[in-house]
Amino acid sequence: MVVGSIAAIGAGLAAIGAGVGIGKIGGSALESVARQPEAASKIQTMMLIAAAFVEAVALFAVVVSFLGTGKP
Amino acid sequence: MHFSHIFKSKKNLQSTFLALFLAFFSLNVSAHPKPDAPASAENHGTVASEGTKTEEFDITAFILHHIADSHGFHLWGEGDNSVAVSLPVILWIDNGLVTFMSSAFHHDDEGKHVVEKNGQRFVNYHEKIYIASVTPNEHGEYMSLDADHKASNVLPLDFSITKNVFTLIFSAIILIIVFVGVANSYAKRKGKSPKGFQSLIEPVILFIRDDIAIPNLGAKYEGYMPYLLTVFFFIWFNNILGMVPFFPGGANLTGNINLTLVLSVITFLITNVKANGHYWKHIFWMPGVPVPMKIFLAPLELMGVFTKPIALMIRLFANITAGHILVLALLCLIFVFKSIFIAPVSIVFVVFISMIELLVGFIQAFIFTVLTALFIGLAVQEHGEH
Repeated sequence: MVVGSIAAIGAGLAAIGAGVGIGKIGGSALESVARQPEAASKIQTMMLIAAAFVEAVALFAVVVSFLGTGKP
Repeated sequence: MHFSHIFKSKKNLQSTFLALFLAFFSLNVSAHPKPDAPASAENHGTVASEGTKTEEFDITAFILHHIADSHGFHLWGEGDNSVAVSLPVILWIDNGLVTFMSSAFHHDDEGKHVVEKNGQRFVNYHEKIYIASVTPNEHGEYMSLDADHKASNVLPLDFSITKNVFTLIFSAIILIIVFVGVANSYAKRKGKSPKGFQSLIEPVILFIRDDIAIPNLGAKYEGYMPYLLTVFFFIWFNNILGMVPFFPGGANLTGNINLTLVLSVITFLITNVKANGHYWKHIFWMPGVPVPMKIFLAPLELMGVFTKPIALMIRLFANITAGHILVLALLCLIFVFKSIFIAPVSIVFVVFISMIELLVGFIQAFIFTVLTALFIGLAVQEHGEH
């Protein structure tokens, strides 16, 4: 049980990091679309790819916390 | 007598598929007479006392049970009253193949109901089928467990049509029917405007071609379009099918790491088989950096070859599994708080998260396809293009 809780704290810390990252990506994408509305679709694609890379880190933490509970 | 005319008409073909399909999977409604009343009451009593003694509602076990694979689609009800769609169990043991329907276990997954077939005795223990022990242990399970609750029973080779396998076949058949139809109408109506289902699919196909394939793969995109389209529609369809809470849906297929492993291995093979010398040179002997740096970079770059598909695998698996867990956890709030007044809040949240999951289902299919195209594009691009 203790192992599971510590894993959950770790997952939460990773989620903070991913939240900051995705927030920055979204913010900058919004700024660049406001400057250059005609490039919106290209920026959106790149934004999603970058967000997926950041999100993957948080999801690795989720997987590790599954392993922490001893039941994958 | 010829039966080929059945397969010639498209309408008949679809209904034949459906009929063949449904013929294999029977809906199994348990109509067993109830065991005599005192025994059942006593049984109920022990279960209840066990329940209060330990935890009242084990949310982790409940959720993990629901996202895991299983032998049969559970529809509703509990214990002997449950209604489920049973699926075939196919096992390979030392003296040959054994097949029976999963209804033979009477919805038991705690190793308490033994099925005898071909002189062998099987039990279903946590959705894994073991060869039963001769005598039950103190919990009434025909299993021999050691101190860590690890089973030491023999595990036969299991080729069963489980929930995930069924969903895989089901979605493959649906996608084949849809896309063979669309491809035929493209061939028939060459140069004309799309019609019917074709006009629903066409924007998505164009989106994949213009926003995914051409920017990443350049002029050589055409050879990779079949794979990209297959991967995209397969993942998207199964993500959405997984969100459907009743019979043909509900399996956590794209949230199963074995499936995402296979998809990423295919991407890995295409990337590395199609890679040109330029790509390998960039990995083993990076041009434009000093020699000590080249030696330092080579193992890192070589590791990158493997970590890219592994990240692809875990991203899809974890995203979809996390979505299913979220929905189930929000539904479990009702049982955790044991109050009907939590239900509206919980339901509103579940609907909200389900809407987000529809979006996530699309985005994850898109991301998998984009990254596949990106990796292939990196491997096949010619010198001087970057």
